[in-house]
Amino acid sequence: MLSALSLFRAEDGEFSPPSIFEFYPEIVAFAGTPFAINRIMMIRLIVMVLLIVIFWLWTAKFNKAVKTGNVVPGRFQLLGELALNFVRKSIAHDQLGEKDGDRFLPLLTTIFFMVFGMNITGVIPFANIAGTSVIGIPLVLAGVAYVTFIYAGTKKHGIRFFKNSLFPSGVPKPFYILVTPIELLSTFILRPVTLALRLLMNMIAGHLLLVLCFSATQFFFFQADGLLSLFGVGTLLFGFAFTLFEILVSVLQAYVFTLLTTVYIQLALADEH
Amino acid sequence: MISRILAAVAPEGAETPNPLLPADYDILWSSVVFVVLLVFFWFKVLPGFKKMLDERAQAIEGRLADAEAAQKAAEARTAEVEADKAQLRAESSSIREDARAEGAAILAELKQQAAKDAERLSESTKASLLAERDSAANALRGEIGALAIELASRIVGEKLDDDKVANRVVDEFIAELEGKKAK
Repeated sequence: MLSALSLFRAEDGEFSPPSIFEFYPEIVAFAGTPFAINRIMMIRLIVMVLLIVIFWLWTAKFNKAVKTGNVVPGRFQLLGELALNFVRKSIAHDQLGEKDGDRFLPLLTTIFFMVFGMNITGVIPFANIAGTSVIGIPLVLAGVAYVTFIYAGTKKHGIRFFKNSLFPSGVPKPFYILVTPIELLSTFILRPVTLALRLLMNMIAGHLLLVLCFSATQFFFFQADGLLSLFGVGTLLFGFAFTLFEILVSVLQAYVFTLLTTVYIQLALADEH
Repeated sequence: MISRILAAVAPEGAETPNPLLPADYDILWSSVVFVVLLVFFWFKVLPGFKKMLDERAQAIEGRLADAEAAQKAAEARTAEVEADKAQLRAESSSIREDARAEGAAILAELKQQAAKDAERLSESTKASLLAERDSAANALRGEIGALAIELASRIVGEKLDDDKVANRVVDEFIAELEGKKAK
């Protein structure tokens, strides 16, 4: 599952490093149509279902608490509150204030838990690849963030939003020759691109690292001769360490993606740029 | 297209796919997942969550108000009880005063009564003593008279038949005696 390809090759007694083909597993259904499904698409759908199930249970708890007038949450409910409040308070309300924070909260919550759910599959046994490690999700979410912050800006300031963004006030007019192209590039091109690529590359790199560590371990333990097999212990330890690291990266990237989206919205809503 | 073909064919000799170029199915499934989750969070999870938080805030506020009211009620009750206690104390002390005064009055009355009784008793005793003395004196008078006459007649040696004379003599004698005694 880690990498069917490299394991297969390794059986020939020759080590092959993980390749980009890791991210293009075999199509298992609807080949040739836009509905084609491979392992990664399946993982995405499973993660989606799991997220819905978990949050459905939490919502049921919330509704029950409302119905019974219970103000003391149980452990399970408290966990859900912590998760939702993390996005609500630490991200949305902190950056946007309560009013605008609540306006954009559905999007921010979705982005956070979707990115986290897709990231974490990279270290979950039998999934072992992140749903975000092919560009689809990073691209779609970055596109959504892009559209959202432009919507937020134009809704509040109208066409002045673009003027404020491209011609920041307080800059001497001649400097606009220099400043405006930079602002255009950074605000309207680099923001979505970096948003998507940061997430994608983190997940690709993380997966390749893990595959490298574990396929090397496999190779050293079962194919290599004599003392060389001791290297397997080292690579296994590295694999373990990187697994922990990947858990951190999963949370961190979800947080960074959501936070940056929020900050872009906040900058678009701000009166002065 | 290209990446799909690439995924399908064996990697040997195949062109390396560019991970930055999305396949159509990749975009499709990403969008589907995103839209489903967005709708789910927007219309299912967050309204319930918000409602729960609002209800909780309200419930806590309500409970605080209730607690405050309860505290006020308790304070009022305490004050009431204190007032009752003070009143009872005053009442009991007044009752005690009254009782004491009444007791003193009863005592005085009894004392007076006793004094009266004692006086009356001594009066009646004195009266009865006088009566008794009188009767004793009368009785003695008769007896002593008879004895004296008998004694005198014996001494004289003659019997005084005339009782009238005899009685007069005796009476005179006793009156004499009494006159002596009175002196």
